Amino acid sequence: MTAERPPFHFYSRTHLTELTGLKARTLPELRDVLRTAPDAVVYYHTHHFFEEHLFLRQVPSNDFAYWAGAALFDSVLEETLAAVNIMDFASLPALRDRFVSIIDEYLSMHPDVRTAPEGMEFHFMKSITAVMPTPYTAGNLREFLETIRQVSSNSIYFHFIEARLRLGHVQNDFSLWLRDSLGEDDLAGRVGRLDPYMYSLEGLRSALIQLIERRLR
Amino acid sequence: MNSTYVGGGVAEILSHMVPLLRQLGVDARWDVIKGNEDFFRVTKTFHNALHGRAETLTEADFARFRETSEANIRELELFGDYMFIHDPQPIALVARKKEIGRRWVWRCHIDVSHPAPSVWEYLQPFILQYDGAVFSAPAFSPSLAIRQFLVSPSIDPLSDKNRDLPDATIDAVLAKYAVPRDKPIITQVSRFDYLKDPVGVIRAFEIVRRTVDCRLVLAGGTATDDPESEAVLAEVRQRAGGNPDIHVLLVPPNSDLEINAFQTASTIVIQKSLREGFGLTVSEALWKARPVVASAVGGITLQVLHNVTGLLSHTVEGTALAIRQLLANPEYARWLGQNGREHVRHNFLITRHIKDYLLLFLALEQGGDVLML
Repeated sequence: MTAERPPFHFYSRTHLTELTGLKARTLPELRDVLRTAPDAVVYYHTHHFFEEHLFLRQVPSNDFAYWAGAALFDSVLEETLAAVNIMDFASLPALRDRFVSIIDEYLSMHPDVRTAPEGMEFHFMKSITAVMPTPYTAGNLREFLETIRQVSSNSIYFHFIEARLRLGHVQNDFSLWLRDSLGEDDLAGRVGRLDPYMYSLEGLRSALIQLIERRLR
Repeated sequence: MNSTYVGGGVAEILSHMVPLLRQLGVDARWDVIKGNEDFFRVTKTFHNALHGRAETLTEADFARFRETSEANIRELELFGDYMFIHDPQPIALVARKKEIGRRWVWRCHIDVSHPAPSVWEYLQPFILQYDGAVFSAPAFSPSLAIRQFLVSPSIDPLSDKNRDLPDATIDAVLAKYAVPRDKPIITQVSRFDYLKDPVGVIRAFEIVRRTVDCRLVLAGGTATDDPESEAVLAEVRQRAGGNPDIHVLLVPPNSDLEINAFQTASTIVIQKSLREGFGLTVSEALWKARPVVASAVGGITLQVLHNVTGLLSHTVEGTALAIRQLLANPEYARWLGQNGREHVRHNFLITRHIKDYLLLFLALEQGGDVLML
């Protein structure tokens, strides 16, 4: 007798921004607040551009990098911070530590502290996410493909990006289910290697669909 | 709760949001406080002081605020689970928190990044009684012992002010107000208020007009809670003098279609505010894909991303330069306008605003950063 394979339940999400009242005008101030900032702050500043400026062809990678360029006029630091690949990190504390260590290293080599002009301070914010069930489920790969075509981009975002970093799932939800419930190890691996930060959400949906269609051929 | 049913962005948002919330099954109600001219003179002074303008407030002014607030606290029939109190005028109603409602939220639409300490310190004990505060831009967020949220205001894309208009309607409105469409039109839509800098707009236009043949439309109204607007309008009319290319138009309340027509007919829309909580007229213009030149103040910087969704300026001369650049480069102006419309579609429509408020209620009830529904 084979164990019943649990279907994939699609969830969706939406978010609200909470203000902390904390701000930084210099790089050491940025580092000091960031060092003890809650995970929700790290998440906000590494993901909100992705959510809010989807119409831009080239979205800045994170707020820390953008601020280094726009407020401190430091393009080298901007590039270094922008190059942090979120996919390399399994948790928000690890991601925060990476930004802190980059800033520490940079300050040790560039002790002259620049101050952001009035009005260009870095304001720390938190992302509050609400996760909600949708009526969509999939019990096999064909149903999964059809449902991926229908769900909102917020569902794709939640399962591919947010669940991994905020709910502590070791991988994106799609790869986990494909491997654990369907035994589709190869497809799960291919899906897991997609870098969502390099796509728009619709581009990510198309890439997922292509991988599944290829497997079903 | 706010202080007026007519005039200004708060009343406009509530007039669209309350019916939509009711359609969603939320028993939303809107009421306003009562106050006489003297009370609103004091609260307008509060408003200016919170925006950072040097103002003088006497003990008698604070006493007037207290007396009117106490009368409203006594006389208003308040009810509800979630109380949303907009801006400083009704702020003292929180005195009834123990008796009414589950959560009280103070919704601040003002740029309080550099408030006059006398007024801020006076208001802070009221603010701290609320369960949460909402601001329109990150820079407005002070250090407070209550939770604070960022919620941008919004426009209703299906309203008369923002829906697509047929050319015939636009022509009719411009004809009614005697604004010929024979040359580029530059428009600022704003209540007549010093903080919107209408005189600065005229000065910028005069610089542009030296080299480019164009018209300026300054269209706005007055609000029942703004006793200064008549004086500002008189000053603007005097400054415009007899220049036939400057059209200073006092439009009556609820002239949404007319405002829409002026914005849609404009070659460039400007918002040269000195301080701005948010500046909904910017989103209105961006939604119509108009190229926008606006001051880099307050919530405007969330809407106009410099060189992406419009041009930001800091001075009269900078505003004039940006207008000239856009008039000389219509392709670039069109590209900015299209980006602006997309920016508003994603971030500043009323559907997003309602979602934020509903989420805010949940966040205050549940706590935590990830809410599982």
